[in-house]
Amino acid sequence: MEAHHLLREKRTSEIEAILAKYPPERKRSAIMPLLYLAQEEYGYCSPEAMREVAEILDLDPTEVKSIVGFYTMFFEHPVGKYVIDVCDDLPCALRGADQFVSHCERKLGIRAGQTTPDGKFTLRTVMCIAACDRAPVIQVNRVYHYDMTEEAFDRLVDALANENGTGEAPNEQKQGLDVL
Amino acid sequence: MGGYYGSKNKTMEQHVLLRDVDVPNIREIDVYLAHDGYAAWRKALTTMKPDDVIAVVKDSGLRGRGGAGFPTGVKWGFIPKDVFPRYVVVNGDESEAGTFKDHQIIDGNPHQLIEGILLTCYAVQANVAYVYLRGEFYEPAKTLQRAIDEAYARGFVGKNVLGSGFDVDIHIHLGAGAYICGEETALLSSLEGQLGQPRLRPPFPAVQGLYAKPTVINNVETLANVPPIVLHGAQWYRQFGTEKSPGTKIFCVSGRVKRPGNYELPLGKYTIRELIEMAGGTIDNRPVKGVLPAGSSAPILPASALDTKLDYESLQAAGSILGSASFVILDDTVNIVWAARKMVRFFKHESCGKCTPCREGTYWGLRLYDKILSGHGTREDIDMIAEVASQMSGKCFCLLGEFATSPMLSTIKHFREEYEAFIAAHQGGRRNGYDDELIREGVIDEAGNLIVGHVGQKTAHHL
Repeated sequence: MEAHHLLREKRTSEIEAILAKYPPERKRSAIMPLLYLAQEEYGYCSPEAMREVAEILDLDPTEVKSIVGFYTMFFEHPVGKYVIDVCDDLPCALRGADQFVSHCERKLGIRAGQTTPDGKFTLRTVMCIAACDRAPVIQVNRVYHYDMTEEAFDRLVDALANENGTGEAPNEQKQGLDVL
Repeated sequence: MGGYYGSKNKTMEQHVLLRDVDVPNIREIDVYLAHDGYAAWRKALTTMKPDDVIAVVKDSGLRGRGGAGFPTGVKWGFIPKDVFPRYVVVNGDESEAGTFKDHQIIDGNPHQLIEGILLTCYAVQANVAYVYLRGEFYEPAKTLQRAIDEAYARGFVGKNVLGSGFDVDIHIHLGAGAYICGEETALLSSLEGQLGQPRLRPPFPAVQGLYAKPTVINNVETLANVPPIVLHGAQWYRQFGTEKSPGTKIFCVSGRVKRPGNYELPLGKYTIRELIEMAGGTIDNRPVKGVLPAGSSAPILPASALDTKLDYESLQAAGSILGSASFVILDDTVNIVWAARKMVRFFKHESCGKCTPCREGTYWGLRLYDKILSGHGTREDIDMIAEVASQMSGKCFCLLGEFATSPMLSTIKHFREEYEAFIAAHQGGRRNGYDDELIREGVIDEAGNLIVGHVGQKTAHHL
């Protein structure tokens, strides 16, 4: 199979379910849901991934790339297996988020915006993620972890680093994407 | 599924919206059905014409809960006659800093939202609804999708609903991280697969919205109000709230309080001070320095405004806005320059880049705050910030740019002396407690020097 047929080979029924949500003449609406799907298959929005989404939607790859570049949740570059987003916006920062991010950086040995050398973790800071009463709050591959403490973060990272770990959170992380 | 139960704060005998506080597991369809669930939907389909539904919502005085406060029934009435298809679009982009109410509705009481969507579709005779949720609501989206699937299985959604001949479908559409998509025309562009940038109005979405068809766009909380209004009537609804601000509203309280969370209250009944008391008071009982009534978008109110009543008119009269009612509480331990910079940084990050005043104004505004917070500021920089903000005011394409001026202008207005004191105390790049975050963001180097051109570089927020 050609490299840029990955999605159509492996996620056929999900692609159809996504396209069925929108009027046939408006299938461009499916660009974001398809990019999530492509990102999961290709690891990030690689040129091949964007080309395949463009082909499904009869678009120019440039148009797909402009969408990828606009939104923060589509990755233009390879990221770690676990993308850890830490909110450091004002409401969280009023409850210690800045110090918490510094702890996350120390624990992972990287700065926010970087990926660990083993390709396991990417750490990012993000703007408000709508859980300010449960600060500090993080998302790992879009799954919320509320009321974070430095200890809870260390436990989570240790469990994710050890794939054989039986921690509750890692199992939660492994569930696949449903078609939404 | 759906673990967001941050607030179990019982503020009313019977909640109208946060019914998960009163009724355990109301997110399960059988529990919802046992508590008047889908009764309004049955009532509308069997005893009401679409215009009757619009009329009762109009009479209730319900105002949009997303921030603008526009009367919902009036908005529905703008849909032109005889133009089909029509669409209902639900705004669940909930991205205003300090706002987490829709999150709790979706996770805790999803069927009430679905029932509100169905009633709205019937009222404006739309056969398709799209629920636009911010991309970070991946988990809440799964909870909502499961509830939608249940509602399909029970015949409340789908073809020929409850034998009425009315067809209706509900689809979830996930965004991907962009505050601007909460602006309704940007949301429509995003839903159409374009960049999430705002459109010129007119035409308004009611006339030419999604796919250039008549479209009603309402916030999640707004639609959760509709089932109880249809079931119990406008007069029942008006027992809560004031003449001009009827009903209940969810107040999100965050920041320096002991019990942050969602508090549902009748509009106009309590004051900001009482809301803070409900949230347990401030941490260590410190004095309140200021309150942001609608997250970063609202002009800050000083402690002297704490006795302002919680409704649209009172907050406006006090010099701010009710907006989405996301109350961020600042106590006297908070450095106002740091807090203002956080908010300006938010808008710099979220500016969509379409219009110059917003794109450039937020950029230069943040650079000035970076300069001050890193200890390189001068008193003239305060005036320059005010100048940048006033150059933006009234000149931006959409409200994002206007909102971005609020943290700059309102904090300088109320706390200018604190700006001056901070600048004086940190002359010559003197190190302070903000080094770590400023280094992380590429504002200063390890030696404390300002990095020229830093704001345009890719930072920790971009990949």
